Order: sequence, then C-alpha cells, then structure tokens
Amino acid sequence: MEALTSHLSELGHGLVTTVELTVVTTVGAMLLGIVVATLRIAPVPLLRAIGTAYVEVFQNLPLLALLVLFVFALPTIGITFPLFTSAAIVIAVYEGAYLAEAIRAGINTVGVGQAEAARAIGLTFGQSLRHVILPQGLRAVIQPIGNICIALLMNTSLAAAVGVVELTQAANTVNLVEAQPIAVFTGAGLAYMLLALIIGQVTGLLERRLAIVR
Amino acid sequence: MNKTQQILFDEPGPRAQRRIRIATVLGAVLLAGALVAAVYQFASHGELAAARWEPFTTWPIWRYLLNGLWATLRAAAATAVLSAALGLLLALGRLSTHRPLRWLAGAYVEIFRTVPTLLLIYVTLFALPQYGLNFPLFWKLVVPLVVSNSAAFAEIFRSGILALDRGQTEAGLAVGLRRGQVMALVVLPQALLQLAPSLVSQLVGLLKDTSLGFVVSYTELLYSGQVLSSYTHLLIQTFLVVALIYLVVNASLSKFARVLQARNGRFGGRRGRRSAELPPPLLEGNTPR
Repeated sequence: MEALTSHLSELGHGLVTTVELTVVTTVGAMLLGIVVATLRIAPVPLLRAIGTAYVEVFQNLPLLALLVLFVFALPTIGITFPLFTSAAIVIAVYEGAYLAEAIRAGINTVGVGQAEAARAIGLTFGQSLRHVILPQGLRAVIQPIGNICIALLMNTSLAAAVGVVELTQAANTVNLVEAQPIAVFTGAGLAYMLLALIIGQVTGLLERRLAIVR
Repeated sequence: MNKTQQILFDEPGPRAQRRIRIATVLGAVLLAGALVAAVYQFASHGELAAARWEPFTTWPIWRYLLNGLWATLRAAAATAVLSAALGLLLALGRLSTHRPLRWLAGAYVEIFRTVPTLLLIYVTLFALPQYGLNFPLFWKLVVPLVVSNSAAFAEIFRSGILALDRGQTEAGLAVGLRRGQVMALVVLPQALLQLAPSLVSQLVGLLKDTSLGFVVSYTELLYSGQVLSSYTHLLIQTFLVVALIYLVVNASLSKFARVLQARNGRFGGRRGRRSAELPPPLLEGNTPR
C-alpha cells in the first residue's frame, strides 16, 4: 500500500495521460469511423474501395506493429511528431476501422423506408445521411461503440511499449523502484477497471436516453 | 453491394453519373497526390535507393523473417488452444446452476476483460519472477495472452450458447438426458458450428496480440523485424515488410471467417434462422488488438 501512496504523483500523471489519450483518440476515431463508414456506402465505386481497403488494412495489422512503424520508422523519411501525438494518431486510425464497421452495422439497421422517404422529399445523399440515416443508425449501435471504447482504453496501454508514460508504464516504473509488484500492478489494474466501468456506465446511460425502441 | 447501399441512392441519372465521375477523378487525384508525396518523402531521404530494398530479395533475410512468422504462429496456436479450452470452461461456469461457480467465472471474465494485456505481461515479466515463477520466454508471452483471451473466448461461447433456441435444451431434458449431457450432446455441437466465424475472427485478434512478443523480446515476427533492423539499419523497409506479412496472414484468416459466415447462412432452413441472433463476427468490441 505504501508503494502506491508514496508515488501518487507518478501514478496520477500516468492515469491522467491514459485518460487524455483515451479521450483524444475516442473523438478522433469516432470522426474517422463516420467518414470511413460513409465512404463505404457512397455512390462512387472508388470511394467505396478506399473505405473497404482502410478497414481491411487497419483491422488486420497489429496495433503495436503500427505504433512501431510510426514512432521508430517514419522518422527515417523525415516524418516526426511528438510522442503523445504519434500514439494518439496511430490509435485513432486503428480504432477508426473498428468504429467504421460498427457504424456501418448501425446504418444497416435503419429501415429502407427511411432512406426512401428522405430521397422522396428531395434530400441529397449527404443530407439524407446527416439528417435521417446517421442519427438513427448511431443510436442503434451505442452498446457496440461503448465496447470498442473500452477496447480502445485497454489499447492505449500499448503506447507504453513505444515510450509514452501512461498508467501501465508509470506502474512499471514505480514497481522497478519499489519492488512491490502486487500492490502496484493491482492498483493499476483497478484503475483500468474503474475507467472501463465509467465508460460502461456512460454507454448504458446514453443507451437508455437515446436508443430507439422499435 | 448490400441492401442499404442500394437504397441510399437511386440508379444514377445523367447528372448523378457526371457527379460520380467528378468524385472519382477527385478521389483518384487525391490518392495519387498522397502516393507522390510518400514517394517524394522516401526519395528525398534516400530510402528508395535500390541498395536499401535489395536485401529483401535475398533468402537469408526472408528466412529470418519467416522464422519470426513461424514463432508468431506457434505462439498464436498455443494461445488459441489454451484460451479456447479455458474460455469454454469459463462460459460453462458462468451458465452453471452452481452459484459460487457462476460467481467465480463471472468475476474472472469481468476482471480480465478490462485489464490491458500489456499490464498482465508486465506482471509475468517483473512480478512473478520475484515469487519464484520464472517462465521460459515463450510462456511469458503465452500465459498473459491466454489469461486475457480466455475471457474474450468465454464471452463468445456464452453468447453462442445463449443464442441457441431454448427448445433444444428443453427437448434434451425431456428425453431424459442430464444437464451435462444436454450441453455436450445437444447444445454445444450446434452452438460451436454457429460460432465458427466469430471464433476465427477472434483468432485474428489473438494473432495480433502475439506482437506483444516485442515487449517480452520473444522473437516472433515483430521483434524479429526489430532485431533485423538493428543489424541492417533498414528500419522503414523492414517494418513495412513485416506489416505486409501480418496483413497477408490476417486478411486470409478474416476472409476465411467471412466464407464460414456466408456458408452458415446458406444452410438456410436448418440453421440459418438463428444466425441472425448472433453478434456479427467482425464487430469485435471484445477483441481489442
């Protein structure tokens, strides 16, 4: 216990970094997910192909391989970002592929009549998507999106492997100093569980408020 | 093209066709622009020189990388077998009529679904050796992966068992089978067939997880790439090739999952009806990597 309390500032910093990374990447991945899901249902074949290729590539590559490629290899061709930014970009791009698939599944639940009605009153593809399809489609997949956000939270720990000092890395550092692995790692594990619990609660709340009961 | 894609836009008329052509050209130009920018970045830092790619046409380099791939596949196979077995036991535990058993299995799944695998790896790397549990390198990677993946497998098995028509269990009990027999003879065979696509997609997630060998310094594919690039100093080339290998292996597995999924649907009358109630296999909230 003392190992935890005497290093509260390091662990606290780690926790804050994890939360920041999670929030930033969730927002980024959500935007990317909506864009890619839209590409995948667009009337233009080339755009559909781009959307499909994006999902295929980023669902099939390990996140850690992408992080290593981006953080260690891209600087050799002159592309460098601050470490936190790199990690955030990679995780957002990676989780964007999963969110795109979830959102597409949501779009598929919207009734045919809705899209036809939207077109019948003269809305364009973009308008019917924005005003009719997406608001209903997103509400249908709140739970899956919440699950992906929890997966994203756990994936932010991989940023530790390329040197971002977030919660996992902070716990590891404190353990190397204190040699109290049980207390330190249990504490970090509990913090992750708490964060996942919060995401789960928020998801449940949104689901109760927004989901359309058919 | 599926149903929704068709209903989102009508058969394009002359004006829509013109717009589609314009969008195609714009998209192609953007794509080409990105490609040119990438090539320019590579060229201006001398990374396009033939000498920096030539090693990847030689057998020793490929032998090293394929050895890495072999280690990845071995770790993935061990993890898959162990975590599927453990996951099945956990799912049965969560569905059992014994309250303590249900509670224990439930607690295990809920805990290890929300603790990052990397944290578990750090535990096996830095905590367990202090208590005399010093696994060989291979198991330092596989044990934490099994611990976290078995929770994911448990949820897949549970959803599959619950999705099966209750009448199957009731009929089994009605003809005088015991609960265990009903599970083994009636429920599981049907549920497993239904779950095949989800299980294969979980394999993709698991194979991606083995890249954590990078942290353990177990020479699977990603860490082999790291070792190789520290000798050859061909950083970006090596990691691009490694990524390509991952992509080929995992895309084939994903493709296999989709084929299984499509076949399950085609059994139609006999089993197809229930497949609608199962979670779609590629919507993996529970398979992070």
